[in-house]
Amino acid sequence: MDNRRRKFLKLAGLTAAAGVAVPMLGSRAQAVSGHGAAPAAHGNDGHEAAPTGVRQGLVIDSGKFHDNPGLAEKCQKVCHDYHNVPKFPNSKDEIKWIWTDKFPNVFPDHSHYKKDARLSAMNILALCNHCDNPPCVRACPTGATFKNSDGVVMMDFHRCIGCRFCMAACPYGARSFNWRSPRGSENGKPFIKNYNQEFPSRMRGVVEKCSLCSWRTKQGKDPLCVEEANKGVEGAMVFGDLNDPHSEISQILRQRFTIQRKPSLGTKPSIFYII
Amino acid sequence: MYDKGKVLIGLAIFLVLALSVVGYNMTTGDHKKPEPEKPKGYTACVKDTDYMRSSHMVLLNEWRDEVIREGKRGKITTAQGIVVEKSLQNGCMHCHTSKEKFCDTCHVYASVQPYCWDCHLAPVEPTDGKEAQ
Amino acid sequence: MVDKVLKGNGLYWGWLTLLLMIMGAGAIAYLVQFNYGLGATGMSRDVTWGIYISQFTFLVGVAAGGLMLVLPYYLHDYKSFGRITLLGEFMAIAAVIMCLMFIIADLGQPMRAMNVILHPSPNSMLFYDMIVLNGYLFLNVLCGFVVLSSEYRGIKYPNWVKPFIYLSIPWAISIHTVTAFLYCGLPGRHFWLTAVLAPRFLASAFAAGPALLLVIALIMKRTANFDVGQTAKDKLVTIIGYAAIINFFLLGCEVFVGYYSNIPGHMHTLDYLFFGLVDHSTGVMHNNLVPFMRASVAMGILGIIMLFIARRQKSDAMLATSCILIFVAFWIDKGLGLVLGGFVPTPMEHIVEYVPTVVELTVTAGVWSTGFFILTLLYKLVVAVKRDSEANLKVS
Repeated sequence: MDNRRRKFLKLAGLTAAAGVAVPMLGSRAQAVSGHGAAPAAHGNDGHEAAPTGVRQGLVIDSGKFHDNPGLAEKCQKVCHDYHNVPKFPNSKDEIKWIWTDKFPNVFPDHSHYKKDARLSAMNILALCNHCDNPPCVRACPTGATFKNSDGVVMMDFHRCIGCRFCMAACPYGARSFNWRSPRGSENGKPFIKNYNQEFPSRMRGVVEKCSLCSWRTKQGKDPLCVEEANKGVEGAMVFGDLNDPHSEISQILRQRFTIQRKPSLGTKPSIFYII
Repeated sequence: MYDKGKVLIGLAIFLVLALSVVGYNMTTGDHKKPEPEKPKGYTACVKDTDYMRSSHMVLLNEWRDEVIREGKRGKITTAQGIVVEKSLQNGCMHCHTSKEKFCDTCHVYASVQPYCWDCHLAPVEPTDGKEAQ
Repeated sequence: MVDKVLKGNGLYWGWLTLLLMIMGAGAIAYLVQFNYGLGATGMSRDVTWGIYISQFTFLVGVAAGGLMLVLPYYLHDYKSFGRITLLGEFMAIAAVIMCLMFIIADLGQPMRAMNVILHPSPNSMLFYDMIVLNGYLFLNVLCGFVVLSSEYRGIKYPNWVKPFIYLSIPWAISIHTVTAFLYCGLPGRHFWLTAVLAPRFLASAFAAGPALLLVIALIMKRTANFDVGQTAKDKLVTIIGYAAIINFFLLGCEVFVGYYSNIPGHMHTLDYLFFGLVDHSTGVMHNNLVPFMRASVAMGILGIIMLFIARRQKSDAMLATSCILIFVAFWIDKGLGLVLGGFVPTPMEHIVEYVPTVVELTVTAGVWSTGFFILTLLYKLVVAVKRDSEANLKVS
């Protein structure tokens, strides 16, 4: 705890010294972070740890997706097409990086039996939560899945031995396994219809999932799904650094009521939802 | 030791059999040195030829760890001034446009089967009109 | 010494041939799976572990159960276990080898299995599982063979092996504890997330392991004329009986916590296993495992009752039946229900059921046959050496 506080103070000092902080925002950030640095009294109710380094995350405005049917499917298509995600005829082999499900399925902890009609009908986008405290990374016996310096939970397909411990550990069902070769075909239909030559496919026997388009975000671009969503409706998805108090995403999180998936598990997801 | 003689004879037979394969290749094998086709118009790779010939796989592994694990996605500039992405698919294969004429030439000769292409996509080879679709 | 396994009657060779044939079928099935991928099994995106990992979990228990045969002899100098202690150690060897084979069979990229050592990750429970399982195999091979070869030469085992024997006792506890930790440390899988998982694993292991051994001992009494003795059998009945009762007590604790707290996550899997669970998004009832789980409880309780009656009546037939009942009951409980049930419902609250494929079952049969093949050879060795050394004692 002391260490974290010291780190935070250092960071706050640095920020002040650089003269970046507007006094108002600065004090505000301090209040928020100070809160996070002493989580003991609150238990694991979803408060974030003191900001250290970059932590990329998303805000998904589910209302905007609800009002624009088909938008979520477009996001899925652009992601799966680019990343050579195969489509298998048998649902047991299914691989998905981003998909939709009903509200009670995505948010079992937030659901009850007196839901209004809008909530009952809502399809929510689901993807890897890029947890700040990822159980999959803890479970992986080879370091094939790990958290990178941007706070993104990554997969190294070269190292994965296919034990699927991470899949049992993930409380969000975000991980898929290559039960058979994605390069194959059945009844003349290839599982990957059009290969994207700029991205690899995977081989059978490894786990895969969303990487928050780390290959794009390093170049300052938004993840593909975010770009696609905002083409349809401005602000349907916002990507940014959760630890930077001045980022657009941090400002939205300060202004709007948002929820996370299963916050009681203490995984600290980086994906937030406006319902 | 029991049956010393028999054991020694057995060992000798094993050695002769094992070495005969090497001997066969030395006397009758085809030792034409493989000649991978180098990309035209380029004079330098990301490192010198000797290093690339012996240790390209080491470099690829280093690139992989830097890019995926450390997030170091910075590009590399060759002596010729060409900017190369640290990527097999989007770096190497942009100059070495043919897997068959470059990679496979040595790999087939040396009978090594790297698993690169199980995931990474090789550049589409020109079909020469043979398999026109 | 080792040449003893090459002398046997027709039954012995017939049994080995049968096992070899099943092993061959298993090997072919594994090749099919290796070439196609794990999609050749019934596992899916939602039930990611199937019969391989559940067999592994159960067999770690069988291996740890060997402890109950080793501990009384070495630690308490309980002489009546003289004929079964080695059998316990060798059963552990066969069981751990099966465990390792099931893990390899379950890997998507078995060729990269060594990555676990190449990139050690002390944060992962699988890392520790690798250490404790291989360590336990080493300890049992070492202790078992040193003790056996000493007996073959008619001397007492050397003192230097004693620390290894003592080490193997807590080590047996560790293998099953770490195996339980694979499951009970995962957030969001409510059925596994229970502190009594490791104690329950140990209780069922201390029943199932010795039960299997007692059945084998009774078979060897008939086929090999090798009697472990009435005192040892009676003591085993006590061990198996109490361990089985503790297992059911802990199961009862789980049921109480689930249903009295009325927390849905804690009830879902128990509902699914014993009564069936309705998927609310489709309205479909899922109850594949219900008959198995109910049979498991019934067989377990019946087995415990019969076990104590058999001891009173000194009936070998009844003793064997009760041990088989207990073994099968715990095999269903841990070898089916525990692993498969944990995946129901999915993290997205859907229900996906798992049915193993023929390929998967054949590989499983192949691994079990390999285990029994190893076990047969080792027990053949033990029986031959024991008989020689005891005959020498009588002469002198």
